[in-house]
Amino acid sequence: MTDTPAPRNIPDRLDRPLSTAVFSWEALLVVVALAIFAINSFASPYFLDPYSLSDLTFNFTEKGLIAFAMALLIISGEIDLSVAAIIALASTLMGMAVQAGAGTPVLVLIGVTVGLACGAFNGLLVTRLGLPSIVVTIGTMSLFRGIAFIILGDQAYKGYPESFAFFGQGYVWWVVSFELVLFLVAAVIYWFLLHRTSFGRRIFAIGNNPVAAQFSGVRVGRIKFILFCLTGLMSGIASVLITSRLGSTRPSIAQGYELEAITMVVLGGVSILGGAGSILGVVLAAFIMGLVTFGLGLLNVPGIVMSIFIGLLLIIVIALPIVWRRLRG
Amino acid sequence: MKALLKYRELWLLAAIVVLIGLISTRFPGFADPGNLRQVFNDTSILMILALGQMVVILTRSIDLSMASNLCFTGMVVAMLNAAHPAIPIPLLILIALLVGLVLGAINGLLVWRLNIPSIVVTLGTLTIYRGATFVISGGAWVNADKMSPDFIGFQRAAFLGIPVLSWIAILVIALFFVVMTRTALGRSFYAIGVNPTASVYTGIDVGRTKFIVFCISGMVGGLAGYLWISRYVIASVEVANGYELNIIAACVIGGISIAGGIGSVGGAVLGALFLGIISNALPVINISPFWQMAISGSAIILAVVLNARGERQQGRIILKRAEAA
Repeated sequence: MTDTPAPRNIPDRLDRPLSTAVFSWEALLVVVALAIFAINSFASPYFLDPYSLSDLTFNFTEKGLIAFAMALLIISGEIDLSVAAIIALASTLMGMAVQAGAGTPVLVLIGVTVGLACGAFNGLLVTRLGLPSIVVTIGTMSLFRGIAFIILGDQAYKGYPESFAFFGQGYVWWVVSFELVLFLVAAVIYWFLLHRTSFGRRIFAIGNNPVAAQFSGVRVGRIKFILFCLTGLMSGIASVLITSRLGSTRPSIAQGYELEAITMVVLGGVSILGGAGSILGVVLAAFIMGLVTFGLGLLNVPGIVMSIFIGLLLIIVIALPIVWRRLRG
Repeated sequence: MKALLKYRELWLLAAIVVLIGLISTRFPGFADPGNLRQVFNDTSILMILALGQMVVILTRSIDLSMASNLCFTGMVVAMLNAAHPAIPIPLLILIALLVGLVLGAINGLLVWRLNIPSIVVTLGTLTIYRGATFVISGGAWVNADKMSPDFIGFQRAAFLGIPVLSWIAILVIALFFVVMTRTALGRSFYAIGVNPTASVYTGIDVGRTKFIVFCISGMVGGLAGYLWISRYVIASVEVANGYELNIIAACVIGGISIAGGIGSVGGAVLGALFLGIISNALPVINISPFWQMAISGSAIILAVVLNARGERQQGRIILKRAEAA
């Protein structure tokens, strides 16, 4: 009774020897990014220019913002295919507000609120009614964009106030755009949220085993609901940025963004089955996708051909470690 | 279980009858046999595609690349026809099936051999196949004037008063019905969806069966490629862009569970018909076609809410009881 065993020193986290860091997914992404960067610099003389590189960032900032929230959602074992449709609906309602004479602050408020509301709608359907998110968000994807089509038809909204243009076209300092700053700030916030808070640990717990998480006292439904709201919110923010950058709204705005955002997340090493992933990976994947599209753009490769490279990149980067492991034993 | 399935399809059938009834009150000609035949013909391609998607979803997988496959294969047969009008149509259809099979087999091999989740694989090939369409066509369109009269006319020819396109759909439906209900292969699709681990112990090669499933959806996509191009007489990179989600929507409305193992040929066909009726009816009852997207979105949500009742998982039920206690 007296000799209680000495409390064992259980570390909070496992040691990460250098070898695991070197062979980690993020390291692979860094290598891929550097390789593409080098190829780009050789392929086009216009690539290594501060202004070119600044333009490059617009290729991924908006989708990247969504990808952060989407990463959390996918880690928790859910998915949201309606993000691009949320952008379209938020943009359409901002356009309506402009016609009614709203100013810039109101427009931003509308964009963000609509995004949040759409996300909450998805979240309610998934968590309250226990529906599979892939189906729910295929439905809301049609619904949200459908409402945009009902309102706008084949028309377009224009005439956004000049001060509104800052969000998508403004520069904070020299060649550093507002969008890029927002992207980096969001990256830090999401990194902290996922990797440094108990909320983040709960997301991983849910993704690995929702039933066990529930029994461990994790409020699975509430956390998933929050994640859907976050994804909607980020889509609303992205909608403000895109609308500001383009200066007009059509119901077909941001078509196909959902698949690009998900590609970014998966390329970033987030398991599509849930339970694993990192924000650093998503940031790197966003850079890689931006580099590929921009580099090929400088070489006058049409957008549709770029998509082949993105698709191949996705499959090859996922397949590579699997083939590698198999070859080694 | 069987009773439940029948129940579900009867409900969908009833919903479709009510829908047709409602439309008839505003446009009396809609329920005419002639018009309904037209609606069936218009929906044929979606029905064929939904059946292909159904077998994939049954095995807990998903094929997002079907519309891109359709686009690519359609372009291949259209270019072949433009270059060599002498190639007979049945041979072209065979080529379409083969090209589709190859594209599907690529998906299947990646899923089977490398164990990559199907949603990731087909997300990649979705963009690759459509990009490849641009590469082989150089971005050019193949217009009606470059297609041979046979190419365009084949599916429009009437046989026993019904166009060949509808006959092809009927044939495909019958084929799927036989495979799903009368063969071991069809049963193994359900088995894998319900319990993949148990399937292995009963001697089903899960990986290989998934490969077969993607070959089927690929062939179906290829067949639909020819049918689509010869119906809308234009082949371009934009053909059926985003249509993969319509196909999945038809399956969901048809009561096919995205979690696998639940679904039937009748459900997929009715789900596609439901969407087909809506898109056919909107113009004739003077509702802007821009409403279609929102309506089908609402239909999907409604369908999944109604379907979800029978699909609650065990763990969830235990939890609910624990919560109540």
